Amino acid sequence: MSADLVVTGLVKNFAGFRAVDVSFSVEKGSFFSILGPSGCGKTTLLRMIAGFEEPSSGQIIISGRDMAGVPPNHRPANLVFQHLALFPMMNVADNIAFGLKRRRVAAAEIRRRTGEILERVELPGYGDKAIHQLSGGQKQRVAIARCLILDPKVLLLDEPLGALDLKLREQMKVELKKLQAKIGTTFIYITHDQSEALVMSDTVAVMHRGRFEQLGSPQELYHDPHTPFVAGFVGESNKWPGELITCTADEAEFRTEEGYLFRARPNIPAVPGARASLFLRPEAIFLEPEATPALNSFAATVRAILFDGANSRLLTTVVSGRELLVALPQNRAFDHIRVGDTVNLGWHPGSGVVFADGEDQG
Amino acid sequence: MRGRALFWLFITPVLLWLLLLILLPHLDLLLLSFRNREGWTLDNYRTFFYEPVYWLTFVRTALYSIITTFLTLCLALPVAFYITKLARPGMRGLLVVLLLLPFWVSELVRVYGWMILLRESGGLNYLLLKLGILHQPVEMLYRDATMIMGLVYTSMLFMVVPLVSTMEGLDDSLIEAACDLGAGRLTIWWTIIIPHCKPGITSGSIVVFMLVLGNYLTPNLMGGKNSLWFTEQIYNQFIASFNWNQGAAFGFLLLALSSAIIWLGLKITGQRLGEVAR
Repeated sequence: MSADLVVTGLVKNFAGFRAVDVSFSVEKGSFFSILGPSGCGKTTLLRMIAGFEEPSSGQIIISGRDMAGVPPNHRPANLVFQHLALFPMMNVADNIAFGLKRRRVAAAEIRRRTGEILERVELPGYGDKAIHQLSGGQKQRVAIARCLILDPKVLLLDEPLGALDLKLREQMKVELKKLQAKIGTTFIYITHDQSEALVMSDTVAVMHRGRFEQLGSPQELYHDPHTPFVAGFVGESNKWPGELITCTADEAEFRTEEGYLFRARPNIPAVPGARASLFLRPEAIFLEPEATPALNSFAATVRAILFDGANSRLLTTVVSGRELLVALPQNRAFDHIRVGDTVNLGWHPGSGVVFADGEDQG
Repeated sequence: MRGRALFWLFITPVLLWLLLLILLPHLDLLLLSFRNREGWTLDNYRTFFYEPVYWLTFVRTALYSIITTFLTLCLALPVAFYITKLARPGMRGLLVVLLLLPFWVSELVRVYGWMILLRESGGLNYLLLKLGILHQPVEMLYRDATMIMGLVYTSMLFMVVPLVSTMEGLDDSLIEAACDLGAGRLTIWWTIIIPHCKPGITSGSIVVFMLVLGNYLTPNLMGGKNSLWFTEQIYNQFIASFNWNQGAAFGFLLLALSSAIIWLGLKITGQRLGEVAR
C-alpha cells in the first residue's frame, strides 16, 4: 500500500519550547487518529499539514508532493475545523460549492456534484437551507461534504465532534467511520477523546508533549501499551506502585507497596529491585474467581458501587486504603455484593503491565 | 406607580429636546419654505428645478459624497481588518485611540492644518521643491481632489468604528476555511469578509454619506470658489440673500433627496434599515 501522507522529522518550536517533533506516514485510504490531551501539540501538527503553520524544520509529503512553501489553498488536503467554520452568509449548496467555484468548474457540473455529495452524506434536498436551520449533526456532515467534494488526498479533522452532545457524538462516530469506509479518502483525525480514536481508527498515534508515544492499532494500544502514559491515557487503568522482585523478558514478579506478590507482564526488562508501577485495567480483574494458581489473587473491601449500566464498577480498597476500580459485569451474578463486603479478586498475569518508574510518568 | 413616574421623569427631557429644538424649528422652516412675501406658494421649490445652478450643485454634491463614501470605505476596510485581525491584542486599543486622536481638535483646526500643508507656500510644496521633484510651487488647495481627500480624512473614523465592531464578530476560522478550500485573498474579501461586514458597511456608509453631504467647512475652505457645495447654497440663501424661505426649501430638498439616495442604496444592495440598526 502506498502512503498518502509522509511526515519526516517535522519540528515546530515556539519561543524556546518544542511543540511538535514527529515522523510518521499514513497509508492511503486509512483512518488515522492522533490522540492526546489538550496542549500536546496535535492541533499545531494538523495546522502544519493543512499549511496554516510553518514548520520549524522537517518535511511534509502529500501523495508524493513536497508541501514546503505550498499555501493552504493549493494543498491537496482539506481541513474540517473544530467549530466547522461553515459560512453563515451562504446556504448549504453554496457552502459545498465554494471550493468548486474557486476551481472555476462549470455551473451545471457544480450543481450535479453538489447534489451528489449531499446524497452521499444523506442530506438530499438540503441545498437551499440556511446554515442556522441545520442541527449539529447535519452541520457536521455539510462541513465534511464541503471538503470531500474537492476530492482531497487527505481529509484533516480537528476534533469536529467536540461541540456535539454525548448522544449525537456516539452516533456521529459510527457515521464518520461508515462514511470513511464508503468513500475511501484518507482521514486524519485529531481528538482528546480516546473512545473516538479507538472506535473509528485503523491506526492511532498517542501524542504527548509534542511527540508520538506510541503508534499502533487501537487493540495494540489497549492491550500492549509501551509507556505508562499510553497505559494511563488509552482506556482506564489502576496504577499500583511497588517494586520489581525478579524480571525476565516475559514475566516479572512484582511486590506492591502493601506487600502483595503478583506475577505480571513487564514492559521492558528492568533491574530487580527497581521502583515500578503496575497498570491494571478495571475490566481485567475477575470478581470472585475460582481459585487457580494461574491467577494473581487478593481480597478487597467494597467502598461504593458505581452503577453505570454496562460500564458499572466497584470502588474497592485494599488493606492500605489504596483505591482500585473493578468492573462489575451486569449479568446478575454479582447482585448480592453490598457496600462493606469483602470480595476476592483475581487477574491474569498477562493483563497487568509493569513499567519501571522513570521521570516520564503520565 | 413609581416606575411610571420615573419613566416620565426620564422621558420628559428627551421629549422636550425633540419637540423644542428639533421638531418646532423644523416645522417653522417647513412652513417658511412654502411661503414668500405675498403668501403661500411652491415657487421656492420650483426655483430649485428651474435654475440649473441649484440642481447641478446638488447633483455634484451628491456625486462627490458618494465618491467620498466609497473611497472612505475602500480605505477603512483594510484599516479595520488590520486592527481586528492582524494587530496584537494589546495594540488594538492604541490603534483605535490613534484613529480617534485627530477628532479631539475641532474640524476647523484640522482643515487649517491641511491648508498649511497644501497651500502654495505650504509644507508639501516646500518639501517637493527641496527634493527637486517640483521646480515651481503648485497650488494644491481649491481643487476637487483636495476637497475629497479632506472629506475622506474627516470621515474615516465614522467608517472604521462600525467596521471594527462587525469585523470583531468574524470568526478567524471562516477565513482559514475559505483559504483551505482554495480561495485567494481577493475571493476571501469578496465572499467572506465583505458579506459578513455588510451591516457595518451600510451603517458606516450612511453616516459618512450624511456627514459629507451636510458638511460645510471642508468644501468651503478646501474646495475654493468654483467647487460649490449644496450646503453653501443654503448658507447663501439664509445669510447672503437673506431669503429664508428659499433657504428653508433648499434645506428640505437636501433632506428629502439624501434620504431618497440612501433608500435607493439600501434597495440596490438588498438591505433593510432595521437589519442595519441591529
